[in-house]
Amino acid sequence: MMILTIISKELKLLLASSLAWVFLAVMQLVLAWVFLGRLNTFLEIQPQLVQLTNSPGITEVIVAPVFSVASIVLLAITPVLSMRLFAEERRNNTLAMLISAPVSLSAIVLGKFLALMIFFCLIPLLIVMLSASLLTGGTLDFGLLGSNVIGLILLAGCFGALGLYVSSLTSHPAIAALGSLGALLCLWVMDIMTIESGSAMHYFSLFRHFENFNVGLIDTFSMAFLLLFAMTFLGLTIYHLNGERLNG
Amino acid sequence: MTLNNTYPIIEAVGLRRCFGHRVVVHDVNLKLNCGDILGFLGPNGAGKSTTMRMLTGNLAPSSGSVRICGVDLLENPLEAKRHIGYLPEIPPLYKELTVDEYLRFAARLHGLAKISLQTALDEVKHQCDLDNVGKRLIGILSKGYQQRIAIAQAIIHRPQLIILDEPTAGLDPNQIQKIRALIRELGKNHAIIFSSHILPEVESVCNRIQIMHQGKLVLDDNLDNLKQRNMNLESIFVRLTTENVPDQEWT
Repeated sequence: MMILTIISKELKLLLASSLAWVFLAVMQLVLAWVFLGRLNTFLEIQPQLVQLTNSPGITEVIVAPVFSVASIVLLAITPVLSMRLFAEERRNNTLAMLISAPVSLSAIVLGKFLALMIFFCLIPLLIVMLSASLLTGGTLDFGLLGSNVIGLILLAGCFGALGLYVSSLTSHPAIAALGSLGALLCLWVMDIMTIESGSAMHYFSLFRHFENFNVGLIDTFSMAFLLLFAMTFLGLTIYHLNGERLNG
Repeated sequence: MTLNNTYPIIEAVGLRRCFGHRVVVHDVNLKLNCGDILGFLGPNGAGKSTTMRMLTGNLAPSSGSVRICGVDLLENPLEAKRHIGYLPEIPPLYKELTVDEYLRFAARLHGLAKISLQTALDEVKHQCDLDNVGKRLIGILSKGYQQRIAIAQAIIHRPQLIILDEPTAGLDPNQIQKIRALIRELGKNHAIIFSSHILPEVESVCNRIQIMHQGKLVLDDNLDNLKQRNMNLESIFVRLTTENVPDQEWT
């Protein structure tokens, strides 16, 4: 009940700012561009694909790469959306209002996180709508599409939870944005570095787990890893805010 | 809200708060019943805001206990916080929301049921003189309006205990008169803690006085008692807060 109040307030604030709309516009522009590029490629290589026995379909050639690009764009843009969640609350002194209200810290943190996730769900929705336009000339692999949607939402959850935590550490939204961008870039670099060396660190890469979903593999280990990652950072956020109450 | 009248609205015992090795608030005791309006005075940095943050659950005390309407704030914070309305020193406003949206959110945050929401909203807007600005964005309103919106936020759910940290800051003389009248009106069936630097204001509104200096309570009395003894609040304040409390306590 209280979570719903927090969610609706967060969404109201988010949609009242131009940030959210610019974000969606940029996202759609980039995704549509990649989508058209891939569509073009597909039409060019289609004659050769026909001769193959087990040729990749349009979902594999066009849709999966769009999701892959979306994951990178998400990495760059999540910090801008997550930065204000707690940092701005603290800067405007509204955090005191939330904390002195009869609402638990976990409800505040979860409410904010879920509001961000509801907004993030628009991105896979945009891609699904783009993909649906392909139905006019062919059939889609809905299994692959579904696993990509799940993967992207889980990945967005991880990015969002990390951004939420960084935002709870500071009262400057810009520092929160830079901090979470830095952390996400480090994760990305870690992914690239460990692909080549093939070390055990690669198991800890978010992108490696997303790739499983990207190729249509719903791996329970990957799913558990992404969920745990997001939950860890939500837990850390609650822990940090509670510590602030105790230690001042 | 029906309440057991045997409990005082707020009872704080031995509140103490340290930041590192520095003791900011020493053993503050506080007990208010319905109808009490407490003027909470002290020079800047005396520990007033820290005490208020502890009373509202924003800061955990190092030791001591707070009970709101008989409910322990530390053990059962969600239940105890239902009875509190709090206006922090800097008004907690979401500037991107309209006045109505913001006050609705404040009411729902404090668990007000949907049916009683509209009545509560109209009533509080009328009390704080916000009738005509319901649809305006908070960010574009003047400081006086913003301060009154923040006061409205603290009383919309009709809490038993209202804690106001310098509520009249930034208001013009006419608005100050109205807010004082409002506080006196609310004081009839609530308990109010009210901090201010304007001593005549405190004299005109409050019936109890506490003065804090260097983290300690140096005066706790009824205003009537002081008046009977023919003591002037300003001279008391100056005398009590300019004397250096020599041995500042360290842990």
